[in-house]
Amino acid sequence: MNGGDLSAQGPVIPKFQEGSECIRENGQFCWGWFQSNFDSVFVPRIVEHIELTVIAVGIGLVIALVAALFAYRYGWFDTPFTIFSGFLYTIPSLALFQLLVPITGLSWTSAEIALVSYTLLILFRNILTGLRDVPDEVKEAARGMGLTSGQMLTRVELPLAMPAIMAGIRIATVTTISLTTVAAFIGAGGLGQPIFNALQGGFKTQFVASGVLAVLLALVADGALVILQRVLTPWARARVRTA
Amino acid sequence: MKADWQHADAAEIVFDHVTKTYHGRREPAVNDLSLVIPAGEICVLIGPSGGGKTTAMKMVNRLISITSGDITIDGQSVKKFDLTELRRSIGYVIQQVGLFPHMSVEGNIGTVPRLMGWPKQRIRERVRELLDLVGLDAENDPKRFPSALSGGQRQRVGLARAMAADPPLMLMDEPFGAIDPITRERLQDDFLRLHREIRKTVIFVTHDIDEAIKMGDRIAILRQGGILAQYDTPEAILATPADDFVARFVGADRGLKRLALRRLSEIELLEAPSEAVDRDALSVPVDMTVRDALSLMLTGGASSLVVVDGRGEPVGLLTVDVLGRLLASSPEEVRM
Repeated sequence: MNGGDLSAQGPVIPKFQEGSECIRENGQFCWGWFQSNFDSVFVPRIVEHIELTVIAVGIGLVIALVAALFAYRYGWFDTPFTIFSGFLYTIPSLALFQLLVPITGLSWTSAEIALVSYTLLILFRNILTGLRDVPDEVKEAARGMGLTSGQMLTRVELPLAMPAIMAGIRIATVTTISLTTVAAFIGAGGLGQPIFNALQGGFKTQFVASGVLAVLLALVADGALVILQRVLTPWARARVRTA
Repeated sequence: MKADWQHADAAEIVFDHVTKTYHGRREPAVNDLSLVIPAGEICVLIGPSGGGKTTAMKMVNRLISITSGDITIDGQSVKKFDLTELRRSIGYVIQQVGLFPHMSVEGNIGTVPRLMGWPKQRIRERVRELLDLVGLDAENDPKRFPSALSGGQRQRVGLARAMAADPPLMLMDEPFGAIDPITRERLQDDFLRLHREIRKTVIFVTHDIDEAIKMGDRIAILRQGGILAQYDTPEAILATPADDFVARFVGADRGLKRLALRRLSEIELLEAPSEAVDRDALSVPVDMTVRDALSLMLTGGASSLVVVDGRGEPVGLLTVDVLGRLLASSPEEVRM
């Protein structure tokens, strides 16, 4: 789908006869318009987008962590939760948003429920794999030194699972940022909003700008998480360096 | 509540008719094992795989539960202790070391002291003291991560970590088994030197008979099915194996192994030759092992060796007859 096809349909957002030459001709990207409208059109949407993402990944992380700890302790829980979260993951996003509308309405809640459900599979699998990959000899040494199972979890198992957990958080975050643009479909806001408006109005600049901003947001978030991971797991870097 | 032995330098360990039968197995892994390990000694548990040596050791800190019988530490049953307390009072070293990769050397060594709530400053000092003790660099090593250490260094850190809270008893499960022969020998020598200083009771599991002879004050040989075949000093086991199994296990060269336990300074030599010493006679230093001296005698084609002290003065004469008498004597007579 591109802006060219849409320009013929429906009304356009700016009044093309009044703006600059670029706007009058609905050019691919009007830098001037973007600059003067950035604060009013995009900043609030970026903030909403970040909010939606952070809350979705945060809630997803809590649910996945509890589920993974349970599955780590009681192995039988692994398969049912993987099937459940895998099932959620395969529902097409637009369909899931629509399915939730009759239940929770055209709302922020519907959007968050859908976004959270998409993070579960990745986070659950990564946390569980991280915990299971803790070397046996490390656990045996810890037990032999008299660590209780709680101390083992907080001092040994979770810290050692951290690289895998952080990798899961990175994938979940980037995926959620991308999916959040679709959430605007049910009125949840975020950078999807100006995209939908532009799709309806055919204004290319707004369409391109929103898309690029969403991609940039994903890249920045991923970069920030890489830095966080390095801070949290300095030992993992030391291992790579000597390997 | 702390028992007296948890403060002691070393503790006496008694296995009292200990049996372990794993769930779902008919045959026990350890069968009616009884032995007394005097405080401050290194007791080596050795045997073929399936002999239950590791099982026997792990029942001491209850990583494996005891089916019947009892193990006591300075008279108190291990079953009576709070599990966490018991394990924190027993040093534990395993073959794969099991250092925490996410903690620095200092963090690893300080694990048990931290759990016991020692003040930070005291832990720091203890870590440096231990690094010195195990032959690592107390200045630069504390901040390094295990991934930056060699295999030998890792096992030294593992040893320091096990000794951090000054436990009266240490369990060592094939601690040098995964290390190259040259480093292993250095670690063995260093550990023996260390043990002479700290004098803790040590239970040491190995499958290497040479290591057992070298490290053990006493050796317990377990046979298939976890039955104790012989428990004695290395000297006595080599001199008088209890049965064919033990004789085969220690090897046909057990005579030579016995000679390796003695230095020339510790045995009775023939009188030192007078001035009329043959100029060409081979001479050996008095601190050489008897086995090495014999080897030199054979390669040099000599029927006797002149044993000399540090200044090169002859102190005695070693002949094949001397060696024969040495091996014919009972272990008690050979002992100094």
